[in-house]
Amino acid sequence: MVVFVLRRVGIILLTALTLSFIVFALTNLPSSLGKLAKAEGSVRMSDEEVQRWLDENGFGGSTVWRYGEWLGLAPGWTHTDEAGVTRGRCIEAVKTSQTPDAEVATYCGILQGYWGFSTVFKQPVSEVMARSLGATGWLMFWVMAVMVPTSLVLGVLAGMREGSRTDRVLSGVAIVTTATPEYVSGVVLIAVLASATAGVSPVLAEWGWISGKTLFPGTATSAMDDITFMNFFLPVMTIALYGIGYIARMTRASMTEVMTQQYIRTARLKGVSFRQVVMKHALRNALIAPFTVIMLQFPWLLNGVVISETLFNYKGFGWTLVQAAGNNDINTLLGCTVVAVFVVLVTQLISDIGYVFLNPRIRLA
Amino acid sequence: MDTLTWGQIITRILWQLLPVWGALVVTFGLSIAFKRRLGLYGRIFDSTVGMIGFALVMFWVFTAFFADLIITHDPYSQVSGMKNILPGSPVKNVKDGVYQWYLLGGDHLARDVFSRAIMGAREVLIIAPFATVVAFMVGITLGLPAGYLGGKLDVGLSFGSNLVLAFPVILLFYLLVTPSVQESAIPTTFAAILFLFPIVFMTLLLNARYFTNKTQRNLYVGIVLVVGLWAYSGLAFNADPLGVWSMSPNILNVFVSVVFVNSPGVFRIVRGMVMDIKTRDYVAAGQTRGEGIWYIMLWEILPNARGPLIVDFCLRIGYTTILLGTLGFFGLGVAPDSPDWGSTINYGRRLLAIAPHPAVVPALALMSLVLGLNLLADGLREESLKD
Amino acid sequence: MSDTTWDPSKPILEIENLSISFFTRLREIPAVMDFSCSVMAGEAMGLVGESGCGKSTVALAVMRDLGKTGRIVGGSIRFKGRDLTTMGEEELRKLRGSEIAMIYQEPMASLNPAMKIGAQLAEVPMIHQGMAKADAWALARQIVADVRLPDPDRILQSYPHQLSGGQQQRIVIAMALMSKPALLILDEPTTALDVTVEAGIVDLVKALGEKYGTSMLFISHNLGLVLDVCDRLCVMYSGEAVETGNVEDVFDEMRHPYTQALFRSIPLPGADKNTHPLVAIPGNFPLPHERPQGCNFGPRCSYFVEGRCNAADVPMSLLGGTRRHETRCLRHAEIDWDAPPAASKAVAKMEPGKVVLKFDDLKKYYSVGSSAFGGGSKKVVKANETLSFEAREGETLAIVGESGCGKSTFAKVLMGLETATSGTIMLFDENVQSSPIQSRNMDTVSQLQMVFQNPFDTLNPSMSVGRQIIRALEIFGQGSSDAEREARMLELLDLVKLPRAFAERMPRQLSGGQKQRVGIARAFAGGAKVVVADEPVSALDVSVQAAVTDLLMDIQRKNRTTLLFISHDLSIVRYLSDRVMVMYLGHVVEMGTTDQVFSPPYHPYTEALLSAVPIADTRVIKQRIVLEGDIPSAMNPPPGCPFQTRCRWKSQVAGGLCDREVPPVRDLGDGHQIKCHLPDAVLAGMEPVIKMAAE
Repeated sequence: MVVFVLRRVGIILLTALTLSFIVFALTNLPSSLGKLAKAEGSVRMSDEEVQRWLDENGFGGSTVWRYGEWLGLAPGWTHTDEAGVTRGRCIEAVKTSQTPDAEVATYCGILQGYWGFSTVFKQPVSEVMARSLGATGWLMFWVMAVMVPTSLVLGVLAGMREGSRTDRVLSGVAIVTTATPEYVSGVVLIAVLASATAGVSPVLAEWGWISGKTLFPGTATSAMDDITFMNFFLPVMTIALYGIGYIARMTRASMTEVMTQQYIRTARLKGVSFRQVVMKHALRNALIAPFTVIMLQFPWLLNGVVISETLFNYKGFGWTLVQAAGNNDINTLLGCTVVAVFVVLVTQLISDIGYVFLNPRIRLA
Repeated sequence: MDTLTWGQIITRILWQLLPVWGALVVTFGLSIAFKRRLGLYGRIFDSTVGMIGFALVMFWVFTAFFADLIITHDPYSQVSGMKNILPGSPVKNVKDGVYQWYLLGGDHLARDVFSRAIMGAREVLIIAPFATVVAFMVGITLGLPAGYLGGKLDVGLSFGSNLVLAFPVILLFYLLVTPSVQESAIPTTFAAILFLFPIVFMTLLLNARYFTNKTQRNLYVGIVLVVGLWAYSGLAFNADPLGVWSMSPNILNVFVSVVFVNSPGVFRIVRGMVMDIKTRDYVAAGQTRGEGIWYIMLWEILPNARGPLIVDFCLRIGYTTILLGTLGFFGLGVAPDSPDWGSTINYGRRLLAIAPHPAVVPALALMSLVLGLNLLADGLREESLKD
Repeated sequence: MSDTTWDPSKPILEIENLSISFFTRLREIPAVMDFSCSVMAGEAMGLVGESGCGKSTVALAVMRDLGKTGRIVGGSIRFKGRDLTTMGEEELRKLRGSEIAMIYQEPMASLNPAMKIGAQLAEVPMIHQGMAKADAWALARQIVADVRLPDPDRILQSYPHQLSGGQQQRIVIAMALMSKPALLILDEPTTALDVTVEAGIVDLVKALGEKYGTSMLFISHNLGLVLDVCDRLCVMYSGEAVETGNVEDVFDEMRHPYTQALFRSIPLPGADKNTHPLVAIPGNFPLPHERPQGCNFGPRCSYFVEGRCNAADVPMSLLGGTRRHETRCLRHAEIDWDAPPAASKAVAKMEPGKVVLKFDDLKKYYSVGSSAFGGGSKKVVKANETLSFEAREGETLAIVGESGCGKSTFAKVLMGLETATSGTIMLFDENVQSSPIQSRNMDTVSQLQMVFQNPFDTLNPSMSVGRQIIRALEIFGQGSSDAEREARMLELLDLVKLPRAFAERMPRQLSGGQKQRVGIARAFAGGAKVVVADEPVSALDVSVQAAVTDLLMDIQRKNRTTLLFISHDLSIVRYLSDRVMVMYLGHVVEMGTTDQVFSPPYHPYTEALLSAVPIADTRVIKQRIVLEGDIPSAMNPPPGCPFQTRCRWKSQVAGGLCDREVPPVRDLGDGHQIKCHLPDAVLAGMEPVIKMAAE
């Protein structure tokens, strides 16, 4: 088991390294850097001036070398201009750190805890990440809290009697929600529940059932300070709906398969009541597959987060990612990548380990 | 001119869609009449779910096909005074020969929402199926040897595919579908690699089958190579000497990214199925008569994996549709005035509180297409499991 | 739960005119028609028939578990006088598991993989008797000991996958016995197990049946097993009972043509491929919706009379005597049942030719990771140890052994799908031990072919039969044009006695036996000289087995093919092979001519194997040798002699030699080799395992 986890961790690190390098290379394409130079310097710079600006600001040199700097395996760049002022990656790192009198280090990268400086947010990336991850953490928590129990219950109910009316209705609902990507469900939810001109809000307002113009607010910005049911319901549902359908379908498939197994017949012919057959004999076996699915849903959930946060203007991780990508904020984008990839890989690891624990057949094999 | 009631709007929309209804009736009539002779396709018509799904999918396919007949206005032209106007409103200052209403209202630039939604179907249905086909060829060509041979090749390819799968799709799109990437050689390089797979796949397929008969083999493989490389030169490098095959850099970029995102998924499925099927006796029979590995993989194993692959194909077109919508939603890789559903939703969402229809119409359109594909996949799965 | 109204002298289970149908969207498919039988208290009733005859459906109907599509459309099932067909769900639930229990074919599949054995056992009395958990576990422990499993406490705490197949089946039996049911239904309980393990289970079932006085409904396709276990017997054919009676009556004085044909098609001691060949039943089992008018067996029956047998449905008729012997044959009084089978054509024995295949000291080791997570140390599995033998042209060499004995590895190495670790294989005049199939030339490949075990797996489901044979012809370079190959393919279909129209068919339209014939045609496409047949008939029904075996031998005679016949079934091996090689855990423990191997002195394993094989002949007297425990895993073989953990002769060898040293190969004369430490005197004193009572 220990060996297994160590191997997986090794693979995770390798994956994270590879991916971060790819992202580094893609965000540091010459044309992007040119744009950056013109944005930071002046729009009218000639090609030579752009090149000089890049060299003076640490963007010269090979991509691999600069990746090493970013990682903290290569010494950070320094540049002394004509006026004798020395600037450099690590000098900036010290400037922005909380301990101003720290020694000027040679190495300053991810490994030393320095994530760079965000050009969009004018803040160290670590601070940007901490703030946005905190906000997204809550969103994810509520999404999971809504999605997992709902989908499992729906899936089990549908799957325990295949072909029954309950099954058909629930499967229908599930297939509709899986056909609804977040940007569609978000738009429909807003139109139905949070639009002053359409959906239920005008009617409710007319009847005097709601005080404001709309039932739910169309943004979740206020949830940054204080999460309430009103401002969080729509963003959470937007993300959860797709997942509910997907996981419920998985659970149903797994449940129907288990219900046709020979050991379920054995249990039935032992005289176990249907309820007990489902609870004691089928459930645990049926939940193995959905568990791994839930964990592997994380890459997709991140998508949902990005869409939902953009749609509802909730300044979390996804919103930050969109801002960083839209404005070519290299350091923030890299930070986001590392975090995202890490989350995905760790959930995969959890999924593997959890699978081993849920499935006694593997545990001691 | 009066504003239309909802009943009138619906009637008029149904009327506009007349060619689609006609085509659907013909398709269903013929298919049901001959369903016993049509194999798995015919069996769709044994399952209600499958039929509903097929109807939805074909509805959009025909809509895309007849889009020019269906639209009531030019999807790009702006008519003054029609900004964010409600469904069924009459067009102001109407000229002769111009349709008199905006059936589903106007958008933020005073364009006809109905016509744009219809044209949007075309955007999706041109890219999604073809991107999925290419993704399948890539996934199959790599997944077969990975599953069949295992070993280092499998470890390497699986690591690569997990690499792509570990990437949140949106992040990948933000990195791949950007102007700076488009300017670089990356999309062309990707296209050069990815578009090679269909040619390699077809060549291997025919060579494995016909290598015992050299003349036949040379003929078939020759045709594949000539046509394939011709299309390849046009699509990947925009260098078709005859100018038949071409793709705008914008579309190429989107296309390549979508294929890139989809292939690892196909790879995984194929690999898993091959690992299962390769233990069968007929595979061993192939081995013991000294068949080459590509014959065994492509002719003994692949055809027997077709059921799940067809189901996945339907689901994956739906997924690709969602991905294209996502791209549009974030304004990636599409022209600003493109009628594609994703970007229309994106522009519409900003005004949701006042005028929901510009966003809701394409949203429902996209949903119904994906739903159709999912239902079709469900129906196919159910039917292919019977027997 | 005792029912006061039930009189113990009446049958415990009484099935009358039962008809069961399955309903699909298209049609109603009758599975069982007009079936009647009764089981008295303490009696064991056997239900015998080929697959698809409806025997399992009857069992499930008794349990009232026919699924959503199956329905009882007529007749009654009375258990202790109460009609089960009209019983409500709740009443049924109380009956299931407490009064009627069932044991299934696949022990692994019938146990819940995620529940501990103890919990699964204790559940039964907790439901039915409301027993407290601790008491239920105590009872479970006692029953586990009753089914002769070692270390019951450990077993109760294990999960099913941690037990071997034999142990799992014992647990399933224990589960059925937890509430001491009055009726036990066993659905092919040993089919998935090895013969030596099967013998132990059969003994156990018999002993427990006597101990608890349980009535049994024993479903099997194996007549020999039924003879071992049952008092009465019901033979089924195509949804109907065709003959019912006491086991001795049915075996010795059968009165239905199907029963007779069945017995003539199984290899009993005395059958011989040259002098007394088997008589296969012509034709095929009718599909449920294509049953003929009148007698279902009519079209395949040699006593068939047009206009009489196919006129109307045939009723069961009681034969004279008091022993409740019934048959569903109109002509049972007219047929001369003792007449020998017509046209049993004797053929001359084929003299073996020159040596075509020679194994010398072949070894095949695999290295595998020891844990599921790929870490840890590598282990070496010795799949084949020092294999040496030769096979001659036109000869049939049988390779006998149970699972894990290395016979499949042997085939793989020979075919070139794997390469040998050391040693040599001479094929014709070539050394092939280290050349994988890709590097063998096409001649060698086409002359060495294989027939596979599983008929449902042997053909590519998405390619037509003709296409598959033509492909083999193309690969083997046969024929110079497509038309020539087409013609050759049709000839091959003729050779395996299939209609030429089958060329267009897809494999799923063929029956198991027909698929196996196509597999044989494909193997002989390149004029194979050496054919490895890996259990080619073990998955087929008995009546089909004979036909396929005959076919193989016919072709062998024509082509003077060397046949390497891999099998676990000693009856068929005795019937068709010239020489036999017995394998156990990768070792050849005994080798010699068929006569040498089937008569003493035996290797102790051969002896046990012979004793374990059920024989469907009342005249045979067997010495009962039941091996303890299971076959050790090839991953972790015992030290010394591979068989020492289960050997009953071990004490006869001095100084614990068996624990330490692998025995050397000894020649007992005339090429009879044996790998055993037993002194000559002991070997010489061995008794034959099988004796005919009449002789």
